[in-house]
Amino acid sequence: MQTNVLAAGGGWWKYAAPNLFYPLAGKMIPWFAAAATALCALGLYIGFFVAPTDATQGESYRIIFIHVPSAWMSMFLYVVMAFWAAVGLALNTRLSSMMATAIAPTGAIMTFIALWSGALWGRPTWGTYWVWDARLTSELILLFLYLGFMALQAAIDDPRRADKAGAVLAIVGVVNVPIIYFSVKWWNTLHQGASVSLSKAPTMAATMLTGMLVMALGFWMYSIAISLARVRAIILERERRSDWIKELAGNA
Amino acid sequence: MLRTLAAVVRRDLLLAFRQRADVANTLLFFVVVVTMVPLGVGAEPNLLRSIAPGVVWVAALLAAILSLNRLFAADFADGTLEQMLISAEPLPLIVLGKTAAHWLVTGVPVTAIAVVLGIMFDLGVGETATLMASLALGTPVLSLIGAVGAALTLGLRGGGVLVSLLVLPLYVPVLILGAGSVEAVAAGLGGGPYLLLLGALALFAIVLTPWAVSAALRISVE
Amino acid sequence: MVWGGWDNFWAMGGYGSFVWGSYGVTVVALAIEVWLVSMRRRRALAEVERNRRHGGEGR
Repeated sequence: MQTNVLAAGGGWWKYAAPNLFYPLAGKMIPWFAAAATALCALGLYIGFFVAPTDATQGESYRIIFIHVPSAWMSMFLYVVMAFWAAVGLALNTRLSSMMATAIAPTGAIMTFIALWSGALWGRPTWGTYWVWDARLTSELILLFLYLGFMALQAAIDDPRRADKAGAVLAIVGVVNVPIIYFSVKWWNTLHQGASVSLSKAPTMAATMLTGMLVMALGFWMYSIAISLARVRAIILERERRSDWIKELAGNA
Repeated sequence: MLRTLAAVVRRDLLLAFRQRADVANTLLFFVVVVTMVPLGVGAEPNLLRSIAPGVVWVAALLAAILSLNRLFAADFADGTLEQMLISAEPLPLIVLGKTAAHWLVTGVPVTAIAVVLGIMFDLGVGETATLMASLALGTPVLSLIGAVGAALTLGLRGGGVLVSLLVLPLYVPVLILGAGSVEAVAAGLGGGPYLLLLGALALFAIVLTPWAVSAALRISVE
Repeated sequence: MVWGGWDNFWAMGGYGSFVWGSYGVTVVALAIEVWLVSMRRRRALAEVERNRRHGGEGR
């Protein structure tokens, strides 16, 4: 039965072994890095030279080409992280858990970028650096969720316990994220102090949307590249006593 | 099954009763924190009335978090927890019992004393009643979600602060709904929808969290 | 956007500090991330090297 599953995967299952995944990841990184560079260059070109000036916000709206893609990535990466953590917990595969651990810092940085760019967008648009609108507040809570995951793993010495504990936390987190988001959205509409919302962005010209999408793809490629690089470092750390690593270092 | 539940609840209540000071301290902390706020923001009645729901609820969150280590730490230290893990009784059931006892000993006193806090902040009768109802529905969720955090961080250094970091973001919906219910009543709209949602959240938590806690306990102990 | 020269580009209609503040911090944050990962990799490789040598001699 197991051989059938392995055969059905077309031999790809073998890459669940860290010693085979390590060189594969190493080969993939340059491609994703190149894709990221190309897409971001294109996205920035569209964002600055093709997309028109906004009627109400002038040039300040161009921050969305950073703000929205990073916000999307922050949410996407959390789900991906939780996915790999869950796989690692369910199938007891080390590499899946390592991947989750590798993604977390990138997700946290994306969240930070979303918050920072959101604040700098808020200042000229609404007058204050921080607006307690639903999206920014949810992003802040998401940052805490990422940092909590990283803090929990950092506090546990045994790597397998850290993997599994992080997985439970990530799964609980991912279930809660929609609940948190909707409750924050509701909270925001209640306290209609400022009837501001960063989600009421300028009505999107098609070029603006394209620019955002291209930048989002570029951020995605970057996230993959950097997470693969980080997981390679994690593999080196965790498997440092195994023979294949020693061979690798010996040959290097 | 009910017998097991009752036995677990009884045991934990008995243990808590023997350490009454512990329990009382949590309640005291709750009241002290709430008292600090007017000292910090000034005693203007309108201001206090408007911030009361949020203040009481935030204090409830903090008090819940502080009391969490009582859930598993003692049993972990003397080996009882391991016995629970290998017992024939389903672990989620035991977890539910322990969490229920925890709620009886922390959440219920907090809810009860909200009456006094309502007076301190000059809340109306409707508001105070809603506050107590929201606490009655919300504190079980705090105990249940908190149990997940307590189980994950069992035996770790930096325990108390780490648990807070993990659990507070997850508490946000309860906080918003709980405080929101009272504010809605104060604004003349009904608190009903909020309380119903809180109830739904409570049911959701009762059904799902014991499984997460059980998984976390097995991970932490083995 | 109509190209009005580099001065206009940096000024961004008066919002220069906000726009470039965002892009700048983003670039810096990502650069730091890349640098940190490469440091981590270097440290891990050094540790592996140390293990290899001591493992070979000590054992």
